[in-house]
Amino acid sequence: MRHRVAMTINGTQYEHEVEPRTLLVYYIREQAGLTGTHIGCDTSNCGACTVEMDGHGVKSCTVFAVQADGAQITTIEGLAHGSQLHPLQQAFWDEHGLQCGFCTPGMILAAKQLLARNPNPTEQEIRLGIEGNLCRCTGYQNIVKAIQTAARTMAVPAGKEVQAPAAVS
Amino acid sequence: MAVSQLIGAAIRRREDPELITGTGGFVDDLPQIGLVHMFVVRSTEPHARILGIDTARAREADGVLAVFTGKELAPEFQSPLPVTVSFVPEKKYPPQYPIATDKVHYVGEPVALVLASSRAAAEDAAERIDIRYESLPPVVDIEKAIAPGAPILHDELGSNLAYDVKRAGGDIEAAFKEADVKISQRIRQQRLIPVAVEPRGVVAEYKPFAKSLTVWSSTQIPHFVKVWLGVILGIPESQVRVVAPDVGGGFGSKIHVYPEEVLAAVASRRLNRPVKWIEVRQENMTATTHGRAQIWDVEIAAKKDGTVLGVRATQYLDLGAYCSQFGTFQAIALLLIQGPYKLRAWDGRGVGVYTNKTPTDAYRGAGRPEATYIIERVMDLVAQATGVDPAEVRRKNFIRKEEQPFTSLMGLTYDSGDYTTTLDKALEMVSYQQLRKDQAEKRKQGRHVGIGFSTYLEICGLGPSVVTTAAAGIAFWGMAVLNLHFTGKATLVIGSSPHGQGHETPFAQIVAETLGLPLDDIDVVHGDTAIGPMGMDTYGSRSASVDGTAVYLSAVKVREKARKIAAHLLEAAEEDVVYENGKAYVKGSPTKALTIQEITGAAFQPHRLPAGMEGGLDETTFFNPPNFVWPFGAHIAVVEIDAETGRVQIQRYVAVDDCGTRLNPLIVDGQIHGGIAQGIGQALFEDGVYGEDGQLKTGTLVDYLIPTAPDLPRFELESLVTPSPTNPLGVKGIGEAGTIASSVAVINAVVDALQPFGVKDVDMPASPDRVWHLMHKNGGRKR
Repeated sequence: MRHRVAMTINGTQYEHEVEPRTLLVYYIREQAGLTGTHIGCDTSNCGACTVEMDGHGVKSCTVFAVQADGAQITTIEGLAHGSQLHPLQQAFWDEHGLQCGFCTPGMILAAKQLLARNPNPTEQEIRLGIEGNLCRCTGYQNIVKAIQTAARTMAVPAGKEVQAPAAVS
Repeated sequence: MAVSQLIGAAIRRREDPELITGTGGFVDDLPQIGLVHMFVVRSTEPHARILGIDTARAREADGVLAVFTGKELAPEFQSPLPVTVSFVPEKKYPPQYPIATDKVHYVGEPVALVLASSRAAAEDAAERIDIRYESLPPVVDIEKAIAPGAPILHDELGSNLAYDVKRAGGDIEAAFKEADVKISQRIRQQRLIPVAVEPRGVVAEYKPFAKSLTVWSSTQIPHFVKVWLGVILGIPESQVRVVAPDVGGGFGSKIHVYPEEVLAAVASRRLNRPVKWIEVRQENMTATTHGRAQIWDVEIAAKKDGTVLGVRATQYLDLGAYCSQFGTFQAIALLLIQGPYKLRAWDGRGVGVYTNKTPTDAYRGAGRPEATYIIERVMDLVAQATGVDPAEVRRKNFIRKEEQPFTSLMGLTYDSGDYTTTLDKALEMVSYQQLRKDQAEKRKQGRHVGIGFSTYLEICGLGPSVVTTAAAGIAFWGMAVLNLHFTGKATLVIGSSPHGQGHETPFAQIVAETLGLPLDDIDVVHGDTAIGPMGMDTYGSRSASVDGTAVYLSAVKVREKARKIAAHLLEAAEEDVVYENGKAYVKGSPTKALTIQEITGAAFQPHRLPAGMEGGLDETTFFNPPNFVWPFGAHIAVVEIDAETGRVQIQRYVAVDDCGTRLNPLIVDGQIHGGIAQGIGQALFEDGVYGEDGQLKTGTLVDYLIPTAPDLPRFELESLVTPSPTNPLGVKGIGEAGTIASSVAVINAVVDALQPFGVKDVDMPASPDRVWHLMHKNGGRKR
């Protein structure tokens, strides 16, 4: 039996029939064709599949596509405006916060959530905030640095109206 | 940025924009039309005869195109999977085919294939396959495997012993005769699972009328895979194209020709359709090779002043179920135990053993972390036994800078090194004397702080062809092709194939600096055997020194040809023409210069060239290095152990590394960070555990713990630069140094912290329960 699901991914409306067992990550990758979200494990440990669903970070291998019916999803492809990178993307590039890049989309989405909750985190808060995302290449050092850099870039001078990070996507 | 500053500049990687925007292309991301999905049915038995496989119900399942058993596919294979000499020419090994036919030897071995219209359909159908096994007793333990009466994996070998060899130099008897102190210690290197965050994946497309095969694979070695797919499947090498697209980490686990590459190709040839196989993590934990898996018995002869005279050791290596392609590479440890020290004698024995487990192969460092682990534990054991400070023991035994180049007991020539200076620098960074005082103070308060050293020496840069052919059975080389286009833009094709290292940026820096071209005018291409030269790919920290040199030499050749062309156009003698910053001019007349773009334009107008010169500015270099390169460094770990839980916390980690010229410090430091983290993973967290029943007990990332961000400290890095005399850039390697150094630095620190409990050694991983038990061995009483 197949179910019809509709969701908005990065501002675009998608609608497909899915098997009830279809995981959101496979829907995003194979039906919506957005392959920036990766799959690195099958136990929700690695976080490579992290996306935003209705403003919350989720590991999209742990959500059924049918559960995302009607949801607003943001994936890595939705962060940049044309060639204008999101401050986190820019910081990961500037600080060499990636090597093979496979975990990076999920890591950036996790960092975006972290900064939305805590715009000025300490190093330890950053390390704890990305605990659910595994990187085997960087030893996390430059990822932490990139998130610190992005936090500084994203901080808006006092008195100016602060845009919620979600608006960037 | 001035051109002369390009080599050594911390330039952001050009690979990154695609990767940070999710627009890169890993194997599973590549668009393909008409794909068939392959599911590999794997053995659930560690050791069994296959009595029968009933595939009838699976063939009838929805979406299924074909089901193949090993017996059905056997006629396709003209050769087994490759096995290389890898330091043990004497070994016995069985042929390993991509899929089992009569017998299975490890959990995870392929036994059948399902090809279906979707991944889910293939997996559903696989559940309808009925395999009847006759279980045989599994061989799990290394020592029991070679005990009399053990069940035998491969009957044709007569036993589970692959080899038992000697590798020795110097007079070991004399060393032990002269010794004041003799120490024996068993040291374990637990089995590790590499866990590149991207599991493996393959897309294979055989075109029947063109008789050509294209394979996209998450591999470190597209060129090797091309050669061997041709051999195994009987297709001319020239009609096989292998592409390594973006590859999500390898760490040695993607340096061999894998069954699934062959199986996907065979399936494509059978079905005339492109076939895709994507490994899932739980599959990866048994289907992709493991690393380490060794037991060492070590005996040390030393003097009471801390001078180490000789070491005798046996390395028992668990090869797993087969001899993987580079399965015995880890035996290189037997040639490297000496490290940066002046031992008088080394007496090594290597024993390779088959067990019913996933085959082992290279894992970041491959034999070099093990060699470093042994000799650095030796230094600490001697320090502990003699009461000499461990830093002092190292200093006393170091080969001095002025003794370089130094020939080791095993006949290897260290190219350059200054071990004392790196140690001194590291000691200064941690304020060593003060640190020892603090440690003593904390001990009085019942706190357990430990300080651990690792003054490692690494061999890398495979390799000088004559030596590697003798020792490893393979001739190595570096390769680079540099083509200048009509407009002076350049394409650089390299023979190595990165999987996260970031080759493109530093290699473009080398060309930009040598030719004076803008960095962005140089495009770097790799990982496609149809485009690339006959490269030797990426492993063993070889790319910067070997392929990097080939890049440099190609750029030099282009520059020299450009200078000749410029001399002709300027009507000057060649020796009077100066080439600098992308311009050529006659000495004393820099205002009448020709740019490299103008010279390139002329190179494509034959009538403007000197008589007899061929047109174009294309240069290929095939570089055979005269020696290996030998990076080194000093790492210090400071740990504190929680007395209540036994948990080890790394408080500081200081690393002073010398990898010769640093082409791009951003990338060098990143490699060190990641390397250290991986070694810490071995020291504290990772353990590939099999039960006595031959089943992997740590088969998911829930059970197999790789380090997370809060598990690690911020690493404090410093560097020294002792240029290598082996290549014109002075470059050594840095991809594995962190891992080679860090496991033992941490373990030495843990043992140091446990001194009050009389502990001499800790098995890895030094997990909380293991450490807690050591602290409570004597009912919690301190010595």
